Amino acid sequence: MHLLEIKNLHVEVDGKKILNGLELSVGAGSVHALMGPNGSGKSTLAHVLAGKADYVVTQGEVLLDGEDILALAPEERAAKGLFLAFQYPLEIPGVATMTFLRTALNAQRKQRGEAELSTPEFLKRVREVAGKLGIEQEMLRRGVNVGFSGGEKKRNEILQMALLQPRLCVLDETDSGLDIDALKTVADGVNALRSPARGFIMITHYQRLLNYIVPDVVHVLSRGRIVKTGNKELALDLEATGYVQYQEEMA
Amino acid sequence: MNAEVRPIKTAAETALATSFAAVKRALPGPATVGVLREDAFRRFETEGLPHRRVEEWKYTDLRALMREAKPLAGVPDAAAKARAKAALATLAAVDARSIVFVDGALVPELSDLDGLEAGLTIRSMAQALAAGDGDLLAHLGRLVPTDDVAVALNTAFMGDGALIHVAPGVALAQPIHLVFVNAGSEAASVFARSLVVIEDGARAMLLESHVGCSDASDHQVNAVLELKVGDAAHVDHIKITGEGAGALHVSSLMAAIGAHARFNEFLFTTGGGVVRNQVFVCFGGEGTVAGIRGATLLQGHQHADTTLVAEHAAAECTSREVFKSVLDEHGRSVFQGKIIVRPHAQKTDAKMATHALLLSETAEADNKPELEIFADDVQCGHGATSGALEQELLFYLKARGIPAKEAEALLIQAFVGEAVEGIEHAGLRDALIDRVVAWLKARE
Ligand SMILES: Nc1ncnc2c1ncn2[C@@H]1O[C@H](COP(=O)(O)OP(=O)(O)OP(=O)(O)O)[C@@H](O)[C@H]1O
Ligand SMILES: [Mg+2]
Repeated sequence: MHLLEIKNLHVEVDGKKILNGLELSVGAGSVHALMGPNGSGKSTLAHVLAGKADYVVTQGEVLLDGEDILALAPEERAAKGLFLAFQYPLEIPGVATMTFLRTALNAQRKQRGEAELSTPEFLKRVREVAGKLGIEQEMLRRGVNVGFSGGEKKRNEILQMALLQPRLCVLDETDSGLDIDALKTVADGVNALRSPARGFIMITHYQRLLNYIVPDVVHVLSRGRIVKTGNKELALDLEATGYVQYQEEMA
Repeated sequence: MNAEVRPIKTAAETALATSFAAVKRALPGPATVGVLREDAFRRFETEGLPHRRVEEWKYTDLRALMREAKPLAGVPDAAAKARAKAALATLAAVDARSIVFVDGALVPELSDLDGLEAGLTIRSMAQALAAGDGDLLAHLGRLVPTDDVAVALNTAFMGDGALIHVAPGVALAQPIHLVFVNAGSEAASVFARSLVVIEDGARAMLLESHVGCSDASDHQVNAVLELKVGDAAHVDHIKITGEGAGALHVSSLMAAIGAHARFNEFLFTTGGGVVRNQVFVCFGGEGTVAGIRGATLLQGHQHADTTLVAEHAAAECTSREVFKSVLDEHGRSVFQGKIIVRPHAQKTDAKMATHALLLSETAEADNKPELEIFADDVQCGHGATSGALEQELLFYLKARGIPAKEAEALLIQAFVGEAVEGIEHAGLRDALIDRVVAWLKARE
């Protein structure tokens, strides 16, 4: 059984069709890169997976470990191990990052019937991952993402991912806005999480990220469906040719 | 036509007149106080209960909201004191000197009146009135004069309350907590009157809580606090309105602030059916820094009106006004804030902000800011927002596994927190945050 199976997914927003019979399977232990032109539906897919309201699924199924998750609330999906690193992480003034992390972690544990983490254990884990990602303790005392630079926000997403230990990680353009050093740090963070039990969907526009996080499979999304699937060489080809041929294939 | 138009008295107005005639001779104070009472009652009789055509009371039509006047509260009996004692236990675990009033009367056996710090005196207002205390009469009604009818009604009927004096330069280590408990088994009306004088250079924290604890929750409270903050004094006043949802609560703070003082006012309202919190503050000396803030959390059919008049009568004072309200179900909050800058109050820096968070489609927030500026070199402004919780933020939290209600609670707490953060005393600040959390828990 695949970790994630998306079958014939059709999605509309405000009456506009965005995903058109998308099919995608991600096995545990594998990294899939998802590329495609602007507006092709990559973030839409990410949001639909995470359970954002306003997206209407008109057809299809999304199975996580064989269970259809489309009827579940976002928090239930998260507790089942789904994680979305946002393309545009939000600022939440007045909610300290530490409080946020702790509430999230304990809420997930509670939903899974696990005990809350003790304060020292929680702090230890946060310090550990924050250290690896070069996130200062001072930043964790601020409101969530408040006053963070674009790159810091992206790193904070990876911090959350590392702490929550999800099974399926969907990263929406986590590489955009990162300088070269930050890109390496983030890639190290992601690579450290790679494991036989975990799957990744990496949405990106740039081949560069894939030098650091080497994908097992690369897909091209165009007009709401996967039009090409290949190995990591596909990303290199795209770098040279662009998306024109795939858009023509569609037409 | 020349005939004087006299509106027909409402049942409540008639009852108040009957009551005043019956009790005025028994109310504390010699003839001089009697004259104050008579004058004040005449003011009430001419105006009647304030109603929606009176601009200051436009959103809180007391004539319509106060159907009847409850009888004046009697001396609390043992049962009422026992109920009050039980209610006290549930109050925030703030380390403070508690002065407890049950149905308006000071109850020494429930209060911490022993071992007062040097420079601090605490007395019963009723006793001081009865004694015709000269110092009291020199201040009473004079700190920030007003012709407000609710204040006049309080002056006519004023019973007990606290009379507190902090000598110059004395810094009180422990906050003073005035606790007003409505504990009578029958609904009654209470007219509490307090006067607090903090002399030059003194430091004091004053907490004022209003709670209900009896089955009869439809008490009527009219409380007045007159506060003098001396030059270079530093005073925090935090008022918590937490009566039952049937209570009618009208309170007025008249605060006269000296020069180079620090003054922080905080109004925290979660209780009461109909609440009107009036704040009349006058900055009479130069160089004072003040924060006047508040948080109101309402549900059911609660109505809470905050009416503020901040008068900058001296130069170079800074004031920040921040009011937040969280409104669920049919809750309705009103904020009327007026900042007056007198001609010689140059370099005034006053900024007022009000924000309402509507948690239901039936909640309502009314906002009326006013600036009256007569000086030319000032920085004054106001801003207001009103809206629902941001869905995008909620989604972000939920996507991290936080259930909807908990996510809402985090955002609401953050919203209210911005105002509560202004409280300097960590213990008091935490106590209020605990109350916000409790309110949110009850909502889940
Ligand atoms: N709320 C909405 N209302 C209408 N159209 C929307 C809405 N959200 C997304 N769309 C449209 O859906 C299409 C897909 O958007 P999406 O954000 O998924 O693209 P993307 O592949 O992530 O693009 P990018 O590479 O620029 O991030 C776009 O045409 C976009 O304008
Ligand atoms: Mg996108």
